Amino acid sequence: MNVRIMKKIKENSIWLIFLVIFVAATFLSGNFFTFGNLTSVLMTESIIGILAVGIMWCILSKGIDLTAGSLVALASVTVASLAQEPGFSGAFYPGLEVPVPVAILAAVAVCALFGLINGLVIAYTKIPPFIATLGTQLICRASAQLYTNAYPISNLRADLKFWGQGTIAGVFPVIVVVFIVVAAFSGFMLTQTRFGKSVYAIGGNDMAAKVAGVNVESAIVRVYLWSGICAGIGGVLLAARSGAGNSSAGLNYELDAIAAATVGGTSHTGGVCRISGVIAGILILGVVKNIMLLTGVNAYWQQIIKGVIIIVSVVLDMRKNIQRN
Amino acid sequence: MSIFVLQLWVILLCNKHAGISMIQQEMIPVSERSVAENVWLGRQPMKNPLMIDHKKMLEDTARLFEQLEVTIAPDVKMKELTVSQKQMVEIVKAVSYNSRIVIMDEPTSSLTSSEVAHLFKIIRQLKSKGVAIIYISHKMDEIFEICDEVTIYRDGHYISSSEITDITMDDLIRQMVGREISNMFPKTGHKIGETILKVDHISSGRMVKDVSFELHKGEILGFAGLVGAGRSETMEAIFGIRKINSGDVYLRGEKVNIKDPEDAVRRGISFLTEDRSAKGIVGIRDISDNVVLSNLKIYGFPLKHNKIKEDVDEYVTKLRVKTPNNQELIKNLSGGNQQKVLVARCLLTNPDIMIVDEPTKGIDVGAKSEIHALISELASQGKAVIMISSEMPEVMGMSDRIVIMHEGKVTGIIGKEDYDQELIMKFATGI
Repeated sequence: MNVRIMKKIKENSIWLIFLVIFVAATFLSGNFFTFGNLTSVLMTESIIGILAVGIMWCILSKGIDLTAGSLVALASVTVASLAQEPGFSGAFYPGLEVPVPVAILAAVAVCALFGLINGLVIAYTKIPPFIATLGTQLICRASAQLYTNAYPISNLRADLKFWGQGTIAGVFPVIVVVFIVVAAFSGFMLTQTRFGKSVYAIGGNDMAAKVAGVNVESAIVRVYLWSGICAGIGGVLLAARSGAGNSSAGLNYELDAIAAATVGGTSHTGGVCRISGVIAGILILGVVKNIMLLTGVNAYWQQIIKGVIIIVSVVLDMRKNIQRN
Repeated sequence: MSIFVLQLWVILLCNKHAGISMIQQEMIPVSERSVAENVWLGRQPMKNPLMIDHKKMLEDTARLFEQLEVTIAPDVKMKELTVSQKQMVEIVKAVSYNSRIVIMDEPTSSLTSSEVAHLFKIIRQLKSKGVAIIYISHKMDEIFEICDEVTIYRDGHYISSSEITDITMDDLIRQMVGREISNMFPKTGHKIGETILKVDHISSGRMVKDVSFELHKGEILGFAGLVGAGRSETMEAIFGIRKINSGDVYLRGEKVNIKDPEDAVRRGISFLTEDRSAKGIVGIRDISDNVVLSNLKIYGFPLKHNKIKEDVDEYVTKLRVKTPNNQELIKNLSGGNQQKVLVARCLLTNPDIMIVDEPTKGIDVGAKSEIHALISELASQGKAVIMISSEMPEVMGMSDRIVIMHEGKVTGIIGKEDYDQELIMKFATGI
């Protein structure tokens, strides 16, 4: 029983680290532990968070998805172009009026399509996921730029902006609620379904999974499809939050999401991932970023510190695994 | 499980400083580089401090090969060698350190009997030069043939040491296992029934040429042959891992086209691979995940974790897997226990046909006899078993009939009454 408890503590040690950072942050700045600031941190990190709970599947399966940031841009311009104020004179599609849910679905569907393409290419041609998604990253970003001629699309309808700026019952930001729902769904698939168990096995040893009778190709396709859908949701929320669709939106978001998943203990050698760890990773990076802003740390130093955190967290995580042997 | 558990890094340090070298049980060659480069990896002869002397490297390798009577070209890529040739390169490499002590961890696991004889010749040559050899093996006959002194370990503990002349094989086995094994090849009486699988002139790739055989219910069909005879490839083709180019497979009298392992498992075929670490275990996951991997379907949506726990507990207990708990990572288990977990994975799918490929390779004597007993039990329940084995006593002791393959072709099928080691070797070598 004692061993069990030790194991639990070890597995959740990242939450202890988060707690330490959180407490330290409250002492470092009086403005940190305020309702307004904490809400703003959560809202900012929600979009990266949604990307991260998608990308973690790719990392778990020993792959990577570099498309996510570009898909955010593509989703944001797609949803924006379909959900502008009806009377706006400079509208993308003058006179067009589609219900906001349809616009959202269309944007997510476009990203799902690219996710599906990623998955099919990776599963059936066996080219490295890094290369496949590097290619689609360029394609998606350029498609967003072609579509809009690189002009931002503004004057969005209020019921779209609600998803990024509104609150439920006056307190809970909608964007955070969406993140929680997406993360919960991701976590459910991970631990409670055959699909989740299969992806764990594929990441750990894809040949063994194949010989054991797991349909490896189909699982890989679904992994990248889900990552695409997450990026699509992220893109819609970003457009809703910023009030505009922009083909340069979401630049390098995939790297932030990968960093969060990695800090959260998702192993790039495959087969290891915990949803609670990934969420802790997102929060740790978010709080560190926030406290550096509040205390006025130079922007370049902020990047350097972030880089150090990513490397140190992986080193610590790997040491933990070595000790277990 | 190795009798000695040695940390790799200790060996690496020893190579350089203490005059100790080691032949690993699992080879780790650099496949894309030449044989010579593999032999001299990390200590290449240099022309000057910056440039490698490739010519000297090739010459040194050739000389070494000549001394040890190995006929492998030093300049071919490692990946083009057969498994046994790779093993010979490993052996040469260990010798090339001019070490005072050479450790060999199951060096013969992928060698043919003539190559084993060759290895023993090398060992005797080394011995006459005053080199000491630690020879780790599960093969009793080898130990009695080549060793002067034997030390027994069990479950990570030292048990005893003695001169080889002072110990009998039964004593040795008893001390290794910690109990008496009365019968290495337990045979339960089982009735052979109707044909369940008929393989009709199948070919696949370069390794399987026009193979035909029939498998009956309640039968253990042995597959003998040398390493690289195409036995594993034949089974992989039937199981849907490899593509069948021509020929037909009939399952329960019906012609089937098994397109992938998922399909095969659904049709009641189960496959225990020879390559445990590459194609068997998912090392980073726990025992429980590894046991249920082939059978996730039956646990529904969302997964019924209670049922999973029940099934895993049942099989882990039944197969006597030695582990603190079922959340232990499978990579931390010994080879024998890993194999039992994989057997549990197969059994859980409740197969009608079980294909086992070298089921006792690299596992200790105790686990070995347990796995033999299990295979017999399966057959007595009316299941059909195909057992590939390169161990002559095993394949003759367990099988009801033996199919012998050579270079991708079936060269003979013999019944129990005709079992004869020489005859099997004749078919296996294609004479």
